[in-house]
Parts: sequence; C-alpha cells; structure tokens
Amino acid sequence: MTDAPLTQIWVYLAASPLLWLTATLVCYLIALKIYRLGRENALLNPVAIAVGLLIALLQLTGTPYQTYFDGAQFVHFLLGPATVALAIPLYRQRERLKTLALPILAALLAGVTTAALSAVALGALFGADTKTLISLAPKSVTAPVAMGISEKLGGLPSLTAVLVVSTGIVGAVLGTGLLRLLRIRDDAVKGFAMGLTSHGIGTARAFQVSPVMGAFSGLAMALSAFVTALLLPPLLRWIGLVGD
Amino acid sequence: MLEALTLILSCQLAGEVLVLVSGLPVPGPVLGMLLLLAWLVLRGGVSERVAQTADTLLGHLSLLFVPAGVGVLVHWERVRDQWPAIAAALVLGTLITLAVTAVTMAGMQRLLAWRRGGSHD
Repeated sequence: MTDAPLTQIWVYLAASPLLWLTATLVCYLIALKIYRLGRENALLNPVAIAVGLLIALLQLTGTPYQTYFDGAQFVHFLLGPATVALAIPLYRQRERLKTLALPILAALLAGVTTAALSAVALGALFGADTKTLISLAPKSVTAPVAMGISEKLGGLPSLTAVLVVSTGIVGAVLGTGLLRLLRIRDDAVKGFAMGLTSHGIGTARAFQVSPVMGAFSGLAMALSAFVTALLLPPLLRWIGLVGD
Repeated sequence: MLEALTLILSCQLAGEVLVLVSGLPVPGPVLGMLLLLAWLVLRGGVSERVAQTADTLLGHLSLLFVPAGVGVLVHWERVRDQWPAIAAALVLGTLITLAVTAVTMAGMQRLLAWRRGGSHD
C-alpha cells in the first residue's frame, strides 16, 4: 500500500489541466535545449522533438489525447493572438513592402496554387482517400486557418492540424538548404518562400536566420492564409475534389 | 504587457466578429492582423510595449504548434495506412512549393530591375 498516496496524487494531477500544460512547456524547453546544443541545426527541429517527447509521455502514462489537450489548449489558443501580432513585424518592413509589391503578388498566387495542387496531386498519385486529400490541401497555411478551411470543405480538421505542423517542420528542416541550392540570396525572398510554405514554424526558423527573413516570412504567412481561404474552395471544386 | 495583450485580443475579437457579420471566408485572426496593421499605420508607429509583447509572442511561435502536432495520436491508423501518399505530399509538395515561390519572386524582381534599367537607356 505504500504507493497509494502516489496514485492519489497522479489521479488528482491527471484530472487537472495544469499537468499537461506544464508538460508541454517542459518538453518544449528540453527540445529547445537540444536544438541549441546542436548549434541550431535545422534537423533538430524543436517542434518535432517536443511532439515526440510528449507522445512518448502520453503513451507511457496511457493518457488519451483529449485529456492532454484539456491542458495544452491554453498554448494552442495563443496561435490566434500570435497571428494578429504578425502585424508588428509587417509594419516594420512597410518601406520594403512597397517596393516589392509586384514580385510579392506574383509569388503569392504562384505559391498558394502550387501548395494546394502539389499536395492533392501527390496524395492522389500515392492513393490517399478523399478525406485525406481535402485535409492535405491547406497544409501550408497556419494551423487555425487551415483547420477552418478543412472543416468547411469536409476534411478532418485535427488531421489537417497534424499535416500543417509536419509541413512546417519539413520546410524548416529542408528549406534553408533548398534555397541555398537554388542560389536565392535575398533574405526577403527566402523569408517569403519559407513563410508561404511553412507558415509559423518556417517563420520561427526564419527569425533565427535574420529579422528581415522573419518579417517577410510572417508577411507570406499572413497573406497566404488570406488568399488560401479565398482561393482553395473554388480550386478544389474546379478539380472535382469537393462537390458544390 | 497588459495593454498590448488587450490591444491584440481586441483586434482578434473584432476580426472574429467581422467574419461572422460579413460572412467573409477568411479566418478571424487573419482579419485581426489586418486591423492591427491598419491601426498602426493610422497611428503612425508602434509603442515600445506593444512591440515587446508581440516579439515575445512571436519569439516562441513554434511552441504554439506543439499541441496540434501531438494530435497525430488521434489519426495514427489513417496515417499508417496512407503514409506513402502523406509522406509524398509533405516532403515533395513542400519542396516544390518552396522552390516555385522563391523562383517566382526572385524572377519577378530581376524582371522589374531589368525593365527599370532598360528604360534609362
């Protein structure tokens, strides 16, 4: 009976949002530490490591995702205010924005269309079902926006959230390397491509490279969220993935 | 900190309400961002406190995606059954999008610079 108090403590903690909120922060800080120890190597993406640690913890303790999310929702909620806060880095870049209006518009339309069509085409080619395809389509857009789009079109919003995070991680891990390979040197271009493809996770990575890259990544993330929300429904209807 | 947070949340709330009222297919936070941007332009500057709060929030942007990422647990079977399609879309789709966006923007910039240069001759 010596472990009875311990069990009681566990029962109490498992029922309150405090435990998993704290666990989320602790796992993220550990992941960040690993990332810094590895000299900010893109392969050691902090989101990927934190998610891995938390999944291991949930599996070990037999905790269902819903219980976890009851605590973690407080962190998840901040995605909205963080999206709004992107106005500040944007405002700081307003002078460059004016001179780059045309290239930005072209890259935005090309990027948003490519993101959705490449995801759906590759998914279909390798045999994904319709629900997965619709959930994949908005994967380059920031999570709250992508989930809203997915739900409206008949996808699985929570699967979309996972695909959005994975897309962000892939872009953050491989993005800087690919841009170097393409000989893109302008931080504004690098940031814009990163943010359009990999939303907030790409933006977090971009801010670590330079403030200009971060600001343009944030700009791309905001603009693509706006344009994808408008363009994706007619685009998916046009290719016949969703009905009228 | 408190003032800045109130300003940001107010913009988000206004964005959400505008979406509900107008039926625009755009998410509330995105509209909220545009509202905050408009407010900053009208006011002609960012106060130090607002800037600090925004920088704190954006400095830990990746943390905010962690809860959604853990959600892979719920879709484990679907991901396992369709993993080649999901992996292809995630890796190849992401690289293609990144390349197309970067090359389009850099190309347009070069085109505009070339035309501007040409008009001087």
